[in-house]
Amino acid sequence: MSDVLERVTKIVIEHLDVDAEKVTEKASFIDDLGADSLDNVELVMAFEEEFDIEIPDDAAEHIQTVGDAVKFISEKVG
Amino acid sequence: MSDTVFPAGELMKGKRGLVMGVANKNSIAWGIAQQLAAQGAEIAFSYQDEALERRVKPLVESLPCEPFMVQADVTNDESMDACFKALEDKWGTIDFLVHAIAFAGKDELVGSFTENTTREGWRRAMEISAFSFVDAGKRASHLMPNGGSMITLTYLGSERVVPSYNVMGVAKAALEASTRYMARDLGPQDIRVNALSAGPMRTLAMAGISGGKSLMKTGREWSMMKQDTKMEGVAGAALYLLSDLGFSCTGETLHVDAGFHAVAVPSMDENE
Repeated sequence: MSDVLERVTKIVIEHLDVDAEKVTEKASFIDDLGADSLDNVELVMAFEEEFDIEIPDDAAEHIQTVGDAVKFISEKVG
Repeated sequence: MSDTVFPAGELMKGKRGLVMGVANKNSIAWGIAQQLAAQGAEIAFSYQDEALERRVKPLVESLPCEPFMVQADVTNDESMDACFKALEDKWGTIDFLVHAIAFAGKDELVGSFTENTTREGWRRAMEISAFSFVDAGKRASHLMPNGGSMITLTYLGSERVVPSYNVMGVAKAALEASTRYMARDLGPQDIRVNALSAGPMRTLAMAGISGGKSLMKTGREWSMMKQDTKMEGVAGAALYLLSDLGFSCTGETLHVDAGFHAVAVPSMDENE
């Protein structure tokens, strides 16, 4: 879990160009980290690549915070 | 994608042109642009709106050539007028056009084509994905007194049925037919017009298609080469079509998909 959080955080910081301290588990990509809808799609693609998993569209729609992403990915890579 | 290498040279030296449709570093248009730049091309990039400008800017600034970006909304005549006016003001003439623009609503890229295609969805997909090439091609041709070359990006879903591709497949069929008619009209002016049909790649466009990832998997498993379509191959084909290597090639739809388009039944041996 912590490994997943670390890797997700790294991707989010790089992609959205935000400060590390803003990237908490509760942070919403759109509301707190300044992402737009294209960023969300790109982040999901980056997560898929990093963890070699598939995130279906309906699941992707529910990934709105860093914590959501970590939870989904952790279950997948289990 | 970062380990992709585009061979350097001078095949595009002295050539200038417009690349429409870069969205991010995974965009096919961006791979093509990098290859053209590595061969000495000067490139203008068009972007639809601010959200895309923000994405394209750092990419464009990483190229060796002078950054030149211009806004172009293909659904708006004034915007298109202004885009090509900017090209004319800066360069006078151009030599190539890369069109990598398409759109269909997410609701129409899933399930039944027959049930899900709406009048408005059809109209928008056709306008943005097919008419925009005719329109941009017309405008570009007016800046090509010495001849030139244009390409658009298409996909096999135009020729055969692909799950979820739906209205986009119909629009791509219109795009490929438009390519042939444009090639006929512009041929006497020494302007070549071709379509590049790439296999599935991990782009934003792919992310919009329901089940897009399974298209990639099937593409890999069923292709003659048993591999994904490589950006180097797509960019190399674009370089061929846009440079003088492509002389005499026009009205063509060139497949770069590891052979997938020609397979009717996949190799069975490993499945038995």
